[in-house]
Amino acid sequence: MRIIHYWRALSGIVGRELLRFLHQRERFISALVRPLVWLFVFAAGFRAALGVAISPPYETYILYEVYITPGLIGMIQLFNGMQSSLSMVYDREMGSMRMLLVCPLPRWFLLCSKLIAGTAVSVLQAYAFLGIAWLYDIQAPLMGYVWILPALLLSGMMLGALGLLLSSFIKQLENFAGVMNFVIFPLFFMSTALYPLWKIKESSEWLYLLARYNPFSQAVELIRFALYEQFNQEAMLFTGGAFVLFIGAAILGYNPSKGMMVRKGGGE
Amino acid sequence: MTINALLVENLSFAYGPKKALDKVGLTVSPGECAILLGPNGAGKSTLFSLITRLYDAREGRIELCGYDIKRQSLQALARLGVVFQQTTLDPDLSVTQNLRYHAALHGIGRKAADRRIQEELERLAMFERRGEKVRQLNGGHKRRVEIARALLHKPSLLLLDEPTVGLDMPSRQVIVDHVHALAKEQHMAVLWATHLIDEIAADDSLIVLHKGAIKAQGRLNNVLQAHGAASAGELFAHLTQGPKA
Repeated sequence: MRIIHYWRALSGIVGRELLRFLHQRERFISALVRPLVWLFVFAAGFRAALGVAISPPYETYILYEVYITPGLIGMIQLFNGMQSSLSMVYDREMGSMRMLLVCPLPRWFLLCSKLIAGTAVSVLQAYAFLGIAWLYDIQAPLMGYVWILPALLLSGMMLGALGLLLSSFIKQLENFAGVMNFVIFPLFFMSTALYPLWKIKESSEWLYLLARYNPFSQAVELIRFALYEQFNQEAMLFTGGAFVLFIGAAILGYNPSKGMMVRKGGGE
Repeated sequence: MTINALLVENLSFAYGPKKALDKVGLTVSPGECAILLGPNGAGKSTLFSLITRLYDAREGRIELCGYDIKRQSLQALARLGVVFQQTTLDPDLSVTQNLRYHAALHGIGRKAADRRIQEELERLAMFERRGEKVRQLNGGHKRRVEIARALLHKPSLLLLDEPTVGLDMPSRQVIVDHVHALAKEQHMAVLWATHLIDEIAADDSLIVLHKGAIKAQGRLNNVLQAHGAASAGELFAHLTQGPKA
């Protein structure tokens, strides 16, 4: 199979996702409204209640809004990853997923292309959010906005792969709502998105352990450090490892011989 | 020796304890239009899922143009064009955008893709509507676009899974005529799943599938003769409902 075929297919899949994104303005707006409500309402309300002491990568005392901004970027990517997989479940029910799977390219490549397409959309959303946060006076160093790009790509891929893995287990859209509740909320609330690890440790040791090894926490920390021009190796390795694990399991899930598709009789 | 466009041999498949296909065997040659007739639940969709490799069967084998669907799946799938039962076009994108997406998945470059899109849409009298969003098209026109899409990469075998369900008579006729012309003029092999008996032409082959097993197959006239039936409708009733008391 020629490389050019792979390239054209990847461009086609990413191009289609971006076109769909541009045509669905409500999706773009709702993806931004959610973290903005957290930023403008929740964070503003909790500013007085929650003091955040100096801890890396911050070199001075910061406002709570500043602290949760990377967590809210993570939230955008988490929702986007789940929404991409939601659209895959929808595509499968509607049949367009079959159109993709029937083209003459390896299934792992098609799934990875879908993942890259979803990540591209989430990066656009994250930058739009950062732009609004800038206007709200939450400003990182200028180079931080460049540093954050590879971090967003890796975290977007990891969270997208998690969504992809879930989509391989879900037969119908109705089941997806449950998974959203059982996956998104625990991942988000048991993480460093809203409160730092030391603060969690003060209240509960086991919650601290859960939050520490939560892949979403690691993705948020990767983004947080990158935004302040710092490289967090542990977070990078952890996020990368989780990505490999999730995408491997998702590819297995979509395998025509071994995967969940057989048991579900998908598309029937 | 001509290689069969489709060869299905001894194919069995079950969803858990429920057997969906039982030792199914069939062939479709280039230029042949084979009508797969079966009531709902006969196993048509399962058979199509296996031919398109949505999942693999543990028993039996499938070859497309001589390529084994499990071992040489990419070569096999490159020769396959499919129109699924449900519309699989993106309603928010235009006709051209949908077709370009499909062409990209098959590795066709932009220029060649636009040329092929024009050829196929013109043949189905849809070229003028290429800029319209799919959402604006009626059911018959959507189907025409899907058929054009399935042909963009010049497949050797065209699979159609009940493509005319829900369409009015004139729309159905356009599709029936077009597909038969493809088999005759372009020597394309066609496997057409349907339960609409009036879509069968006199020189088609017929495959009757019922409860996961093949009940009859061959040229329409031969099958009618062998079962002593006067029409395809009578044959279908006889094979799928059993003799009336």
